[in-house]
Amino acid sequence: MFRYFNDIFSGLWSLFIGLGITFQEFFKPKITIHYPHQSIKMTARYRGHIELIPGEEGQPLCVVCGMCEKACPSNCISIGGEKPEGSKKKVLTSYRLDFTTCSLCGSCVDSCNFGAIRFSKEYNLASTRKEDFHFDLLKRLEESKQ
Amino acid sequence: MSLTLINVLAAVIIAIAFVAANAAYLVWAERKGAGFIQRRPGPTENGPWGLLQPPVDGIKLMTKQLLIPGGVDKIIFVIAPVLAMFPSIVSFVTIPFSDTIVAHNINIGLLMIFVFGSMSAMAILMGGWSSRNKYSMISSVRAVSQAVAYEIPMLITAITVVMIAGSLDLMEIVHKQSGGFWHWNIWPFQKGLFNILMPASFLIFFICSLAETNRAPFDLGEAESELVAGYHTEYSSMGFGLFFMGEYANIVIGACLTTILFLGGWDCPFGLFPGVWWFIVKIYILIFTFIWIRWTFPRTTIYSLLNLSWKVLIPISLFNLLLTAGLLKVF
Repeated sequence: MFRYFNDIFSGLWSLFIGLGITFQEFFKPKITIHYPHQSIKMTARYRGHIELIPGEEGQPLCVVCGMCEKACPSNCISIGGEKPEGSKKKVLTSYRLDFTTCSLCGSCVDSCNFGAIRFSKEYNLASTRKEDFHFDLLKRLEESKQ
Repeated sequence: MSLTLINVLAAVIIAIAFVAANAAYLVWAERKGAGFIQRRPGPTENGPWGLLQPPVDGIKLMTKQLLIPGGVDKIIFVIAPVLAMFPSIVSFVTIPFSDTIVAHNINIGLLMIFVFGSMSAMAILMGGWSSRNKYSMISSVRAVSQAVAYEIPMLITAITVVMIAGSLDLMEIVHKQSGGFWHWNIWPFQKGLFNILMPASFLIFFICSLAETNRAPFDLGEAESELVAGYHTEYSSMGFGLFFMGEYANIVIGACLTTILFLGGWDCPFGLFPGVWWFIVKIYILIFTFIWIRWTFPRTTIYSLLNLSWKVLIPISLFNLLLTAGLLKVF
């Protein structure tokens, strides 16, 4: 008989404790982020698709050595360059990334001896068309300059 | 108060509008409450504080196709959602908001509300049975056993209050509690009756009204994690909408009834600003508690649900009934 009432009272008391906890939570500040209106900064080690690092004047640091192209296990990188007359170095003319086959392994970033590419913090990628994931990184760099 | 036809009609229309507005905006309140308890903001996109969400939801539900699956028992399938909404509107006709604000006060108002209240279990049974869906079937069987189990302690506690008031008239029950905070039925200080079990009685009534309206933690009829959506799995468009609104209308009825029976109706505590708003304040505090409880406790199992009713609530409420009868006789 004692146990019967003890169960009722301890059970009821635990319910009131639970209600107290949720009541306190009710008045605490909200912690969610309103995604389309607000967004958080991505963490330092987040791996988005690769992007070109701009130099001091916004030009790509890439020297078109082709190491990243060779290092890529999925052949998603294709670069093109030309040597303007009177210049010693090659200049990058196109840097195309096929993100549909990229597995974000990072071999390209590791293989680059000139520190010209890095992982971007881009995570808003969604599309119904495959072509939207064929990026022109040089164009992207131009756009980020503006 | 003279009851002309126009008075009655106006009152009935106001009652329907009140139920519909409440049913719509309680969905919003529920989502806001859930959000705040889980430290989210709740609906915010449509209108200020998401206040346009209910009409938008309503339009969405109404424009959807009303699909009647093959193999269902058509007549019962169509009647069930109407039966879920209609009794709660009818119940409002007799609920007094103040001395003068009542659509039609009848001297067996409490009985009438219980009669119509038990029809909502019927709606769930009909909806689940006619759906030809095993989940709906299980859900309706659960809902009926739950309704049977919880109607008993609810009625017994109501009888206790009726004995104290000596009337089934809701107005009379409120008048009996007039005279300030400590005269309400929830407290054991009624004149000539010092029944210390009255707070327990209030708690039992409140728990039963939670269970009767199929609210969490007693929403075994719906049990979306086990039974898809229970009895309204097969309903689409406003068929579902009516079940949904019926649930919220029943919450309002439950809160009104608890207020009238235990919290002194429109009686003001300590003589502060007497008026009809005390009734409104009380029912919304109770409704907030309904929402608060839903987002605090997980769903019970069917066994512990029935155990709670048959082993705890019914014995205590029966004991309270006997005690009250004895005390009324002695003093």
